[in-house]
Amino acid sequence: MTATMIKEFRLPDLGEGLTESEIVSWKVNVGDTVSLNQIIAEVETAKAVVELPSPFAGVVTALHEQPGTVVEVGKPIVSFEVEGDAGAQVAAGGAAEAPAAKREPNLVGYGAVVEATGRPARRPRNFAAAPPVAEPVETKPVETKPFETKPVETAVPVVEPVETRPVEPKPAETVTGERPRSTPPVRKLAKDLGVDLEQVTGSGPGGLITRDDVRNFVGGGDLPAAAQELAGEAVPTQERVPSAQPGEREVRTPIKGVRKFTAAAMVSSAFTAPHVTEFLTVDVTPAMELLARLKASKAFAGLKLTPLTLVAKAALIALRRNPTLNSRWDEANQEIVQFNYVNLGIAAATPRGLTVPNIKDADRMTLAELSTALSGLTETARAGKTSPAELSGGTISITNIGVFGIDAGTPILNPGEAAILAMGAVRKMPWEYQDQIALRQVMTLSLSFDHRLVDGEQGSRFLADLGALLADPGMALAMV
Amino acid sequence: MLTDEVGQGGTPASGPGNNAGHRGGASQNLVQLITPQGERVSHPEYDPWVRDISDEQLGSLYEDMVVIRRIDTEATALQRQGELALWPPLLGQEASQIGSARTLREDDFVFSSYRDNGVAYCRGVDLTDIVRVWRGNASSGWDPYTVNLAVPQIIIGSQTLHATGYAMGIQNDGADSVAVAYFGDGATSEGDVNEAMVFAASFQAPVVFFCQNNHWAISEPVRLQSHIQIADRPAGFGIPSMRVDGNDVLAVMAATRVALDRARRGGGPTFIEAVTYRMGPHTTADDPTRYRDANELEDWAAKDPIRRVKALLERKGLMTEEFEAAVQRKADAVAREMRAGCIGMPEPEPLDIFKHVYSTPNSWLDRQQDHYSRYLASFGDHAGADSEEGGYSRYVASFGDPAGADSEEGAR
Repeated sequence: MTATMIKEFRLPDLGEGLTESEIVSWKVNVGDTVSLNQIIAEVETAKAVVELPSPFAGVVTALHEQPGTVVEVGKPIVSFEVEGDAGAQVAAGGAAEAPAAKREPNLVGYGAVVEATGRPARRPRNFAAAPPVAEPVETKPVETKPFETKPVETAVPVVEPVETRPVEPKPAETVTGERPRSTPPVRKLAKDLGVDLEQVTGSGPGGLITRDDVRNFVGGGDLPAAAQELAGEAVPTQERVPSAQPGEREVRTPIKGVRKFTAAAMVSSAFTAPHVTEFLTVDVTPAMELLARLKASKAFAGLKLTPLTLVAKAALIALRRNPTLNSRWDEANQEIVQFNYVNLGIAAATPRGLTVPNIKDADRMTLAELSTALSGLTETARAGKTSPAELSGGTISITNIGVFGIDAGTPILNPGEAAILAMGAVRKMPWEYQDQIALRQVMTLSLSFDHRLVDGEQGSRFLADLGALLADPGMALAMV
Repeated sequence: MLTDEVGQGGTPASGPGNNAGHRGGASQNLVQLITPQGERVSHPEYDPWVRDISDEQLGSLYEDMVVIRRIDTEATALQRQGELALWPPLLGQEASQIGSARTLREDDFVFSSYRDNGVAYCRGVDLTDIVRVWRGNASSGWDPYTVNLAVPQIIIGSQTLHATGYAMGIQNDGADSVAVAYFGDGATSEGDVNEAMVFAASFQAPVVFFCQNNHWAISEPVRLQSHIQIADRPAGFGIPSMRVDGNDVLAVMAATRVALDRARRGGGPTFIEAVTYRMGPHTTADDPTRYRDANELEDWAAKDPIRRVKALLERKGLMTEEFEAAVQRKADAVAREMRAGCIGMPEPEPLDIFKHVYSTPNSWLDRQQDHYSRYLASFGDHAGADSEEGGYSRYVASFGDPAGADSEEGAR
């Protein structure tokens, strides 16, 4: 028998207990014929970027999710048309059975099935009547999905409107078959306030009773701010649709991974080191002319020379005269650490977010070595292959905002470093040149420094030195 | 990096059969019989121990290594396809596992860790049984007494105590079999391993401590855990040790034979440090690029255990197309069998959990089982089209802990 059938591959739990993963890229297209275990996608979980091998041999008929989409574990991500009779298919991929299968094994690789209710449907016991609290299932099959569950297929409100929450105590005879759902701290609160949880209607997922529910119960319907917030939050939730759909007004992305790390680093830096930012706009025409000459020279053949290379070299020279900017505030030991080497950090936008890998002992490098190191570093970073060692131990950083066409900014220090330089775009501008107005190549340098360590004088001298070197690279002879 | 040096085959300070072993402080040279380039180098003290290995046997060792690498690749793919919950790859450690396990007698008893699935293959464990636990279908995969291999320990290093105890039992029986404990470099930092060595030395128990130093205890490099070579540690317990190239199947085999021979002749325990490298992640849930330098992996890829045997077989003119194809066929067949066995595994029933607690009836457990089955029955006719059974299963799978939902609020 060679009848074909469509098989879906659902996103497995690729780590231990992960609930979602991001599709980084597809390695196959619709219509491609794939073999068993052929790599079909790259997926990033909270733990790792991993490759997905195909569970089937067949033809790809659909890719259900776009790269960049965060997909819940258990959702179909790709469909295949596979040949063969049903018997053979069992061996080819049992867990990927179509959703219509009467039993969905979820013991392996998929974690817990996200049930509509967040809890199983329990048969009522022999009590007279089953109160709503005990049976949220039948009354609202969809809306009790947990909050964080993103795509809700039907636009049924996730949380009931606040007004409809009954605040009056229920008749005492409404005995429930089981203890109302709540958590130990909430039970403690209820006990302290003398509230019988059996009388309270839970507003949380699956009828979970929250602190606010208990407080509301006591307050007789007066909604504290927190509860209103909670109700307000329900609105975007119900409107949330898969990101591919047009007309979406907002997208919520969980804060995690590199973004979370970057945020923590920036917050800690911004609120521990008092930042000062200074600007200097420089006529860099001579430096650009030098760059052109160097590019043409044999000694630099095959090397990637950019304005960043020259700025980095100039900064390293200026740093030699102003070493204070290459130091660290050691709060724990109440010491200032003066580095006698420079590990030059370069901010790089990578597929996994912002990283600042650094070039070790950059101060000892020749221009050619520096240029090689810079291109190696950015390539590695863009490929997402930067090693942990390259990311730690930086002493000062440069961020090249000029590549985005930006002139100036107030960069935030890479935590632990005393200074960061933002180099702006090189622009042709009317500029004073030999007492005339001329069209010159101009760049703005923005320098942020940690004012605990670096005084205005030292920061200014460094920036002035750097500017002088770029305005007249020959000044290097006078500085080193 | 003291523990990283590899490749100076040659001149050990004392003979491998010497009971005094290496009890001094001096670091040992690495025993190597096949270079990473596939050259057979002679070693006066270890050569005799593998002199009987014919070309055909060398080919069979090669096949075993290719097969367990294939098992490993297939199991990793099965995990990525949602068929296994987790898998601890052994990639790079094939020579350590095959070279040692192929040396054992049937009546020797092995106590292994979770990563030693190549050892399990050698002991004759059914392919489906190898993945049973990793699929979450059973709490143990096989009956230890059918293959003389205890079920793998997840707890780090505790199997060294089990092995030592078993070895003391062998002593009491007056038998000449040996207990072998497999563990990693990280385990040597555990109290269990050190306690096991104390007992093994005190009772001169016939146990072999086979340590695969794969350089990483999850993300902790071995050099941080041991400032001396791991093979130098047993000296403090009075246990002779050997340090072998763990990517060299012949060297591992020779060292294991030395240790087994000593144990069988009443010479007591031996410690083998097989210096190898975990080329993959700690488990499928790990991302080694976050803590490991890519260059290090490259260096070790050049010392690949399979490639060097292949090169040696090529030198000997044994690597024919037919042979290579036959090995590939075997590996593919094993992978197919394991995949089918894994996917076709029947799901366990909720009440199965009571089956393996006590070997004899237990009234307290019976009572719990009764309560639990009545509890499960309370979901029975609610699920509509679902059979009762389906209802139970889904409940148990999703909500093993009915109080689990509490954590949402409790975590705030």
